[in-house]
Amino acid sequence: MVVGPGTVSDQGPIAPDPATGADPAKGAAPGKAIEGRSLSRIAWTRLKRDRVAMGGGLVVGFLILVAVFAPWIVDLLGAPPNQFHQDLIDVNTLAPKGGTGISGDHLFGVEPQNGRDIFSRVVYGARISLLIAFLATLLSVLIGSTLGVIAGYFGGWVDSLISRAMDVFLAFPLLVFSIALAGVIPDTAFGLSGDALRIALLIFIIGFFSWPYIGRIVRGQTLSLREREFVDAARSLGARGPYIIFKEMLPNLVAPILVYATLLIPTNILFEAALSFLGVGIRPPTASWGGMLSEAARFYTIWHFMFFPGMAIFITVLAFNLFGDGLRDALDPKGRR
Amino acid sequence: MSEQGDALLKVRGLEKHFPITKGVLRRQVGAVRAVDGIDFEVYRGETLGLVGESGCGKSTTGKLLTRLIEPTGGSIELDGRDIAHLRQGQLRPLRRDMQMIFQDPFSSLNPRHTVGTIVGAPFRIQNVKTEHGVKRAVQDLLKLVGLNPEHYNRYPHEFSGGQRQRIGIARTLALRPKLIVADEPVSALDVSIQAQVVNLLEDLQNEFGLTYVFIAHDLSVVRHISDRVAVMYLGKVVEIADRETLYANPRHPYTVALLSAVPVPDPARRDRAQRNRVLLTGDVPSPINPPSGCRFRTRCWKAQEICATEEPPLVPRLDDPASHQTACHFPVVEGEEVAGRTPATTSA
Repeated sequence: MVVGPGTVSDQGPIAPDPATGADPAKGAAPGKAIEGRSLSRIAWTRLKRDRVAMGGGLVVGFLILVAVFAPWIVDLLGAPPNQFHQDLIDVNTLAPKGGTGISGDHLFGVEPQNGRDIFSRVVYGARISLLIAFLATLLSVLIGSTLGVIAGYFGGWVDSLISRAMDVFLAFPLLVFSIALAGVIPDTAFGLSGDALRIALLIFIIGFFSWPYIGRIVRGQTLSLREREFVDAARSLGARGPYIIFKEMLPNLVAPILVYATLLIPTNILFEAALSFLGVGIRPPTASWGGMLSEAARFYTIWHFMFFPGMAIFITVLAFNLFGDGLRDALDPKGRR
Repeated sequence: MSEQGDALLKVRGLEKHFPITKGVLRRQVGAVRAVDGIDFEVYRGETLGLVGESGCGKSTTGKLLTRLIEPTGGSIELDGRDIAHLRQGQLRPLRRDMQMIFQDPFSSLNPRHTVGTIVGAPFRIQNVKTEHGVKRAVQDLLKLVGLNPEHYNRYPHEFSGGQRQRIGIARTLALRPKLIVADEPVSALDVSIQAQVVNLLEDLQNEFGLTYVFIAHDLSVVRHISDRVAVMYLGKVVEIADRETLYANPRHPYTVALLSAVPVPDPARRDRAQRNRVLLTGDVPSPINPPSGCRFRTRCWKAQEICATEEPPLVPRLDDPASHQTACHFPVVEGEEVAGRTPATTSA
């Protein structure tokens, strides 16, 4: 028998007395409702105890704040991201004077050749990276959950169709497709132009091709939930399909969806960086981490140009992964059925 | 208790065949005949026990009665209305009259819902207005099944197995059904808790005049709660009778074997019981390709040629009253020496 925290021992009366109304009196103050501990509250307690995950979570929160308040941070601590500081550049070697140009004005130094402030470009890069990763993940969660639930709940040929579609999407040579697509997209499309168009396109491509990861997990979970007796119980009460999906199944699907969304975000950050590195993603001069790495590759002897955007990607991905792993451990349904 | 004649539930020729499909095109190559033409009645206010070993189709029968699955054939008359082939939409209002208690108290309650939400679900789903609000109604139900109504906001994982089963029973009672199909309601519980839950079910039956179909494999529990008992074997009802008659004077060889397998708790009597054990040889045949004629003939010590060619109908045998029906060509006579019994050995 699974005994969760707060389990009350089975000491109910052998038979209730309908005349007096059985009162098992289990130590509760009369008239005051006892508040139960929901599974999410238990998971939160567990997550709080996991220091590594909480550390990852704090870093993630910090990065989100940095991305949101980028203009103010740059105002305080840096120079505008696209401002040239050629007075700081050695005209012969194109390297910043003094090797890196790190100073009170330029915390991470300046770029070789044109002398742009690396700190502010990394900060603005966080905006692009997180925006694209979050929205792309949101898109894939929406598509993946919807199709996953449909496949798992209805089964049969619907399931076969959606499952095969997932296989096709997973087998798709996405990188090649993206490179090819970058060559043919016009400067203006769908009422968008420039960076906005690029960002929208990246969100769409990444989100649209990573939904099968979520979709498979949701389908599997739905399949196993469908066999649980509480679904039968709802059906025997006369519940319709939407009630069963939204009221009975979805609350049980939130945890796995949340976990895999958190783990999908770093993957999407890396993918966006890779596309920008290849010149398919965000176009210069707009700052993005992948794009910075790509430019830095031309100046591989100047270590700090590559180091700071590289570290930004590394720390972000690591923080999301640690947080996601901790979240999965905290929400792990094993041990509690 | 069973006033014969006033049947709440009348089942005729009920069948459920699960198709076996093969290949991409899902061509049907066969069928698992889980329930293969069964007839019985359940009278108002009585408890019909449905027993049989694993895989004999008793749980499928329960799900057919509550129309959780679609029957392949036959009719289920509830209160004079055939519900066997109604669409789910037509069935919805009728669901108030028949409810189901589930086997696994850990799987039958949604872990993400509070007890209040779970027990209140019937009111919300069926759109039933309650006099003092849903919360009050739920707390009354919790009190009724012997739970603390203050536990309204608790979650299922905070309760033990027996308490969870009480929550399930409270949900079942919410709409004041006439018929409750209990699918092994106590088999997942500890023996000490089983008695509590069985007694609760009996008390509720007396108070509300409920009618039960009680599915179980535990013959002692069935004997305790049932007024009449139906024995199933391989998708068929082989014998149906009043509890006393069935346990004292079983006619079908399978019933004899089944009853002899009941464990005896008293060591002094155990020796005699051991000697009276009927040991069946072989396995239960596959329901995909059941034996011709009588399905039990492959394991029956009384089987003769006619058993393979002619299926015995479920009728009163020898000088039995109409209420005691047996599907056997060669029913066991009281006091008959049974060939399958293990010889008296010096056991223990």
